[in-house]
Amino acid sequence: MSATRRTILTYVGLFVFIFLVGLWQGPQNITLLLAQSIAYALIALGLNIQFGYGGLFNFGVMGFLMVAGASTVFVSFPVNHDFWGSDGPLLLGRALIAFLAGALLVWGARQSDKLGVKGAWKSTLVVACWFIAYVLYRSQLDPAAQYIEAKSGWIGGLGLSPVLGWVVGAAVVAVIAWIIGKITLGLRTDYLAIATIGISEILRNFVKNMDWLTRGTLTVSPVPWATPLPQDLQAQGVSIDNSFLYARLGFIALTLVFLVIAFFLVSRAYAGPWGRMMRAIRDNYIAAGSMGKNVTRRQLEIFVLGSVLMGLGGGMLVTLSQIFDPSSYQPINHTFLIWVMVIVGGVGNNWGTVLGVLLIYIIWIVSDPIAQLMFLNLSHWTEQIGWGAIPEIDSRSLQMRVFVLGVVITIALRYFPRGFLPEVVRRDK
Amino acid sequence: MDQFIFFLNKVMVPGLVTGSVYALGAIGVTLIFGILRFAHFAHGDMMTMGSYFAWVMATALAAMGIVLPIPLGFVVLPVSMALTAVVALGLDWAFYAPLRRRGAKPVTLLIASIGVTLMIQGLVRLIFGSSTRDFFVGNEEKVIYRIDLSALGGTRPLVISQPQIMMWIVTAIVVLALHYFLTRSRLGKGMRAMADNPDLAQVSGINTQLVVVVTWIIAGALACLAGTMLALDVNLRPDLAFNIILPIFAAAIVGGLGNTYGAIAGGMLIGFAEALAVFNWTAVLRPFETYLPNGWTFPNTLSLVPPEYKLTVAFVILVITLLNRPTGIFKGAST
Repeated sequence: MSATRRTILTYVGLFVFIFLVGLWQGPQNITLLLAQSIAYALIALGLNIQFGYGGLFNFGVMGFLMVAGASTVFVSFPVNHDFWGSDGPLLLGRALIAFLAGALLVWGARQSDKLGVKGAWKSTLVVACWFIAYVLYRSQLDPAAQYIEAKSGWIGGLGLSPVLGWVVGAAVVAVIAWIIGKITLGLRTDYLAIATIGISEILRNFVKNMDWLTRGTLTVSPVPWATPLPQDLQAQGVSIDNSFLYARLGFIALTLVFLVIAFFLVSRAYAGPWGRMMRAIRDNYIAAGSMGKNVTRRQLEIFVLGSVLMGLGGGMLVTLSQIFDPSSYQPINHTFLIWVMVIVGGVGNNWGTVLGVLLIYIIWIVSDPIAQLMFLNLSHWTEQIGWGAIPEIDSRSLQMRVFVLGVVITIALRYFPRGFLPEVVRRDK
Repeated sequence: MDQFIFFLNKVMVPGLVTGSVYALGAIGVTLIFGILRFAHFAHGDMMTMGSYFAWVMATALAAMGIVLPIPLGFVVLPVSMALTAVVALGLDWAFYAPLRRRGAKPVTLLIASIGVTLMIQGLVRLIFGSSTRDFFVGNEEKVIYRIDLSALGGTRPLVISQPQIMMWIVTAIVVLALHYFLTRSRLGKGMRAMADNPDLAQVSGINTQLVVVVTWIIAGALACLAGTMLALDVNLRPDLAFNIILPIFAAAIVGGLGNTYGAIAGGMLIGFAEALAVFNWTAVLRPFETYLPNGWTFPNTLSLVPPEYKLTVAFVILVITLLNRPTGIFKGAST
């Protein structure tokens, strides 16, 4: 029972900590922070499934979050009538046909051994078909993209509910995760880590540069909210301060439903036969394979499932901040931060993961004002002794949290490698 | 002829420059992987840190009014390389060695190195701010050679800057020195032995502690060298090397992790592939337009990959290599 007691005690301590930070930062800020934490908790649970349950090293979280964010924007943003009234949809349709034709061509080339094309001939044929498909696709897409960007800016959205956007985002991410998993899951652990980092950079590159689809660096705002906005509440006569508080509480209430359901399902899965099988694969995939488990398929399964949760959380983050800015996505904020949360909280332990999310996210947010305070004092002191003030305090103190994050992760790895709330492995007597 | 010069200017020169930087970085990554068996993600930030050391010293020299025919950034290189090597040893002592002693898995070390990345990145920006710095301070200027090729029938010059030429010379010297060190000296042979089989190396009397120390010294010094040369070629930013750490890893993996010569080849391969992929072929093909059927023209931009997708080139190569030859083009160290 000591594990349960440890969990409860740690959570009591955490709530006291949140309360104190709330007193310092004010209720509006702490509700915003909690709302963001819920989205991050979903993402971290996704990573905990992949890494904690399945032992997969996914360092491509950022790419998934970006794709989910772009999908949410597409579903929820108001309809762009300029686009639908122009030839844009037609041109895009042609690009899609070109894409499908190219895919068919490559697929056909890969099947060519059935017609007796073997060895080097087949490789040459496949490479040539890839090239032809690529040229075909580019020849249709490039003019379409140029036309849309010139005529209507971008394709706009569908004007549907943001909640639907999250679900669609999760679905799109699931498809992408399936493809990525198909390609990379056979790799060794450290290769997998590097390959996923690379793939997330590729995804970022695409989302950032496909201006016709995502508006790229021009950013999209305001993305519709899932619950009444502060402005709506103010229109009903709520005071300005309270309107922000209530709006955020409303958002928290909605997202909390998703989190609770996901948490419940994930915890059930951990304790069930499926979870045991996953841990068996994680701890010794050779033995698990020899017991008749299809290791690669199961790993693909868990990779996709975890990515679905990441997609949900990634969509929520965009809706919450009301702006989709591809340049704001950085590996530090969206991949490594999540990893630190999971590792510090406790790999494989869902309660630990959520704890890690709250703790690390608060540290991450709070280290900026603290660093600013330190810098201001230091600057004051250097001015007094005649060295002059420290320049660029604002942009510098923002970097303090990067340093703090690095310190936290290295200390955690060295002294608490299993996290605050370690995984509880129940054994029968 | 002009087309050929254009090709040289746009592909050969930048390809050789980025290739050299990637190669030097990848040597460090691959050595650390071969000896210590983990992917050292903080290598890019060691490069940034090293170039900031060099920048501080070069600026200090410039402030003293010293002007030399070669860029001050090159003059201070030996000192900044030594400094970076010391810091690399310190990082190992503080963060990696305790984990190794505990027998942590290679991936734990990879995560620790990401933590170190964040720390260095945070510190560099805390101390130096996030603005762009120029290595050529005061009255020092980047010398750019415009080699006149009119004798060969060209109208445009071949443009090469002084740092680029020095970079090629230094890279060639370093690669040669490393080759002789690894193949002729006792310690270098020990390093290769340890990369092949650590246990066998230890029982046959190789001082593995010393090998680890030497590995960090070489990796740190090369990281500083690569970072400084990159900063001299473009300019110095806190995210200078974080952006190229992934192509460097791609280079090391393509060449086979643990294989030094593979890393050099991989670096050059990825450097040239990037330059070739974004090269605008229309400029070269323009003279052949007369052979096309009547009314056909080449489009204004005819590059394989749009320039904004340059980064994807390294990764497409990486993924293809991993899928078809997981140990790299040359045989890499096995873990």
